[in-house]
Amino acid sequence: MEEQLQATPICSRHRALNALMAPFGGWDMPIQYEGIIAEHNWCRSQAALFDICHMGEFMFRGDFDSSGLENVFTFSVKSIPIGRSRYGFLLNEQGGIIDDLIVFRMAEDRVMIVVNAATAPKDFAAIKGRLTGGEFTDITAATGKLDLQGPLSRYVMVELFGEEVATLPYFKFITMKILGVEAVVSRTGYTGELGYEIFIPSEKVCELWDLFLTDERVKPAGLGARDVLRLEVGYSLYGSDIDEETTPLEAGLEAFVNFDKSFVGKEALLKLKEKGVARTKIAFEVSGRRSPRHHYDISVDGEIVGNVTSGVFSPMLGKGVGIGFIKPELAAAGRQITINHERVSMEATICELPFFKGGSVRAQ
Amino acid sequence: MSIYFTKEHEWVKVNGNRGIVGISDHAAHELGDITFVELPQVGKTVKQFGILGAIESVKAASDIFAPVSGNIVKVNDSLDTKPEAVNESAEAEGWMAELEISDAAELSNLMNQDQYNDYLKTL
Repeated sequence: MEEQLQATPICSRHRALNALMAPFGGWDMPIQYEGIIAEHNWCRSQAALFDICHMGEFMFRGDFDSSGLENVFTFSVKSIPIGRSRYGFLLNEQGGIIDDLIVFRMAEDRVMIVVNAATAPKDFAAIKGRLTGGEFTDITAATGKLDLQGPLSRYVMVELFGEEVATLPYFKFITMKILGVEAVVSRTGYTGELGYEIFIPSEKVCELWDLFLTDERVKPAGLGARDVLRLEVGYSLYGSDIDEETTPLEAGLEAFVNFDKSFVGKEALLKLKEKGVARTKIAFEVSGRRSPRHHYDISVDGEIVGNVTSGVFSPMLGKGVGIGFIKPELAAAGRQITINHERVSMEATICELPFFKGGSVRAQ
Repeated sequence: MSIYFTKEHEWVKVNGNRGIVGISDHAAHELGDITFVELPQVGKTVKQFGILGAIESVKAASDIFAPVSGNIVKVNDSLDTKPEAVNESAEAEGWMAELEISDAAELSNLMNQDQYNDYLKTL
């Protein structure tokens, strides 16, 4: 039996715009409207609007220490100042990544946890299983989420919602009235551009979508463009680049793990640190327009040494770029590698992230 | 000049013993933004329904199959730097290769425009 796809509250708008729809993480989502590259370019130069209602949101209220929440993630929850958010991981006992997520410190005793769509049910179960107190609720259905991303997004936000948004720094958020209801406006995103994530009650999200699109600097963009945008700046995609078999150490994401506190998976990570990882994440640029793709082989001197986990043609660089995992001893920047799949073969060079360095994400 | 199509959405425009080959508007639209075209080498011999080249879009990578057997005499190398021409004009400016048709009888294995249009309705 085919799994019933969930639809976001914006679904009718996507259909009216003649979007190409496809299943993503159990949801029927827009992949593209006008075209992936046009939407990508619009986000890099103007302001792109994404329907992100599929992502999961959980609310926790209680004492972080006595409930056990403080030990759930790879970062400390209680050290996040109110009004700020932090990126990190929910790990299994083996140190594998159950999900990558962002925690928003809403109040002294309250956080919102924003997780990937496909993993939301298992995340909720895993977190709940680790809590011994507090109130923990899944508010995904009641919560709408839109991302406005691009160098012009701040102008649009300020015109619509006032000066309060203008000075919001990266990874900070405010709670404010939008369309008469309480909304969270966060200076975060997944594109490498200046941008905002707006959380608003789901019954108002369609109205907010329409409001954004009255501004001619704003155009809708689908998950196709979102994937190109995130890969150009080297952000990991859960399910492709990271999963339960991959630890933050292999994935080059140790910066988001705080070893000075306790968390599930810590012992496994410490052991792995001592022993050394068997594979490590690399980024590479292809010499040419050909695109590496998920599962293509990576070879060095004719021997397969790993595989590609994400790849795309980068419109900003005008060539193929990708992320993959190979043996750590081979993972030096500048090394020549070959990407193979059936008849396809392309030469590539290991490089540093991000591929695209000109984004406005940290604009003052 | 007549045009014929394969089930894999390649077309060949036949003029005497020469054929110009490309992919259909339908295929280009399905692929979305085309970012790379692998063209065959001039002088290469291809077999009907054998691999002629490859095409990549942001979404997918596919092989291009030869609609008829023949010898490649010319390729559209402007696609090396401007593959998006296939999106803009798949059945004209976005042509890929010209070949010398080795066996005109093979054209009977292909669909004419009306048959192809009907075929598209079944997809």
